[in-house]
Amino acid sequence: MIDYDKVIPQKIRDIQPSGIRKFFDIAQHVDGVISLSVGEPDFKTPWAARKEAINILEKGKTAYTANSGLIALRRAVSGYLKDFIHTEYDPESEIIVTVGGSEAIDLAIRAMITEGDEVLVPEPSFVCYSPITTAVGGKAVPIVTKEEDKFRLTARALKESITPRTKLLILPYPNNPTGAVMRRGDLEEIAEVLRGTDIMIASDEIYAEMTYNGEKHVSIAELDGMRERTLVISGFSKAYAMTGWRLGYVAGPVPIIKQMLKLHQYCIMSSPTVSQYAAVSAIEKCGGDVRHMVEEYDMRRRLVVNGFNEMGLSCFEPEGAFYVFPCIKSTGMTSEEFCEKLIYEKKVAVVPGSAFGKSGEGYVRVSYAYSVSHLTTALGRIREFLEEHKN
Amino acid sequence: MDAINQKKLLDVLRQDARLSNAEIAVMLGSDESEVAKAIEELEENGIIMGYSAIINEEKADENGVTAIIELKITPVKDCGFDDLAHTIMEYEEVDSVFLLSGANDLSVTISGTSLRNVALFVSERLAVLDGVLSTTTHFILRRYKEKGHIFSEDSFDDRGLVSP
Repeated sequence: MIDYDKVIPQKIRDIQPSGIRKFFDIAQHVDGVISLSVGEPDFKTPWAARKEAINILEKGKTAYTANSGLIALRRAVSGYLKDFIHTEYDPESEIIVTVGGSEAIDLAIRAMITEGDEVLVPEPSFVCYSPITTAVGGKAVPIVTKEEDKFRLTARALKESITPRTKLLILPYPNNPTGAVMRRGDLEEIAEVLRGTDIMIASDEIYAEMTYNGEKHVSIAELDGMRERTLVISGFSKAYAMTGWRLGYVAGPVPIIKQMLKLHQYCIMSSPTVSQYAAVSAIEKCGGDVRHMVEEYDMRRRLVVNGFNEMGLSCFEPEGAFYVFPCIKSTGMTSEEFCEKLIYEKKVAVVPGSAFGKSGEGYVRVSYAYSVSHLTTALGRIREFLEEHKN
Repeated sequence: MDAINQKKLLDVLRQDARLSNAEIAVMLGSDESEVAKAIEELEENGIIMGYSAIINEEKADENGVTAIIELKITPVKDCGFDDLAHTIMEYEEVDSVFLLSGANDLSVTISGTSLRNVALFVSERLAVLDGVLSTTTHFILRRYKEKGHIFSEDSFDDRGLVSP
C-alpha cells in the first residue's frame, strides 16, 4: 500500500479547497435554489466571436498555435491595451496568450516566487493568489482592506506590510468580491510607495471593462515608472462573456515574460486555438456588445445596492466587476451562518465573504450577473429572511 | 426628455414593465418623479401604446389556437391597403394586423378556441371581404420565444449554481 501522506508534501496537503467550492456543494443539494452566486456573465458570448469559432472549425484550423499565441491575437491585444490603458506592448515579445487570466496569475507567481519570498495579497480578494504562492514555497501576506476605505488598498497599509522579503504585490482591482476599484489618485499613492524598490506588481484587471460611475478604468502600468514592474493580467471571460473558452493574457516587461513563456511552453504548449481565433473577432468586432453588457450591469448594480440598503443591510457602493458586498453584521450571524440559513430557509444562494479571506467575515458576496426579474425575486426573498430573523 | 435616456427607459420597460417607478429610477440613476413624468410623456406621445403580459397561451388554455393568416388583397385608389386593414382589425378575434412587403400584403393574427373556429372565421369573415384575393392560414404549433422571452421548461442558464 502506498502511503499517500508521504507522497504528498505537507504544504500541498495544507492548501484548503476554495470556500466558494464548499458552498457550491451545499447549494447543489437543495432543490429549487435561485442563485446569486455565479461569478460569470449571464450573457452569451457575442455572436461575432461564436461565428468566427464555427468558421475556424469548418476550415479545420485546429493545430497548435505559436507558444505565446496567434500573432494576430497578440497584435489585437496590443492594440486594445494601447487604447484602453494607454500603454504599449510589443506583440512579439511582451504578450502571452494564456488559458484564462488564472494561468497568467499562476505563471507570474511561479516565474518570480521562490522559497521564503513574500507576496502581498489585498483581501478580501479572489481565492487563487495565496494557494499558488504557498505551493511554490512563498509566503502569502494578506493586507486587510476595509469598508471605510471603500475596500481600496491604501499606501499606509501597503507600507506596513513591506519587508525585505517582499517580492510581489497582487493588485486585484476591480475587485472580486467587493466590487472596489482603484482610481488614478489611489494608484498614484501606491506607485509612490513602490518607486525605487524591486517589488513587482501582478495587476489582475480581468474586470476592468466593468468600471462604473463615469470614470474609466486606470491601470497602474500607466503611471510613471510602473510599466517596468507591472504584469497586466486580463482576459476574455468577463468582458466578452467567454468564461468557458478559457482565454486570457498577460502583458509585461520582456525579462519576466520570457521566463513565464518557458513555463507556459512546458505546461500548456499553446492556448486553445479555436478560442484564440474567436478572441480576435471579439476584440475587433464586439466592442459594442461589451458596452451594452456593461450598461446592463450598471442598471442592475444600482438596483441591487439600493435593494440591500433599503432592507437594512448596509451596502458599500461597488464601482466595478459585477458583485455587491453587503455587510451582514447587523444580523448577528457569521457570514457562513447567514448563507446556510438563507439557502435552507429561502433557497437563495450567496457566497460567504469569509471565502475570500478572513477580512471578508461579516459580509456576503452577491452577484448581479442575472436578469432583473431574477434579481428582484431574490431580493424579495432576502427581505423576508431578514424580517423573520429580526430580534 | 432630458434627464432620462428614453432608449434606456424603453429597454427597461420592454424587459419588465412591472418594475415600479422607484426601481426604474434607481436603475437609471434618476428620481421617481422624473421617471413618472417620462413614462407619461411616452404614453401621451403614443410611443408606449399599452402594457400586457407575455402569456404562454398553450399553458393557459390547452385547446386555444393561434393562427397567422396571410392575405393578398387589392389596393384601393387613394387609400391603398388601409381601408381593408381597418375593417379587419375591428374584428374582436383579431389580435394584430400588419402590412407586409413581399408576396403577401397583410398578416393577421387570430386567436380562437379551436382550429375549426379559426378556420371558419377565415373562410366566412375574411375570405369573403371585398378586395381579399386569397388567404393562407398558418396555425402556430409551438411558441419558442416571444418578445425576448424564451418559452422553455428547462432553464437556459447553464451556469453552475456557484462559481468563482
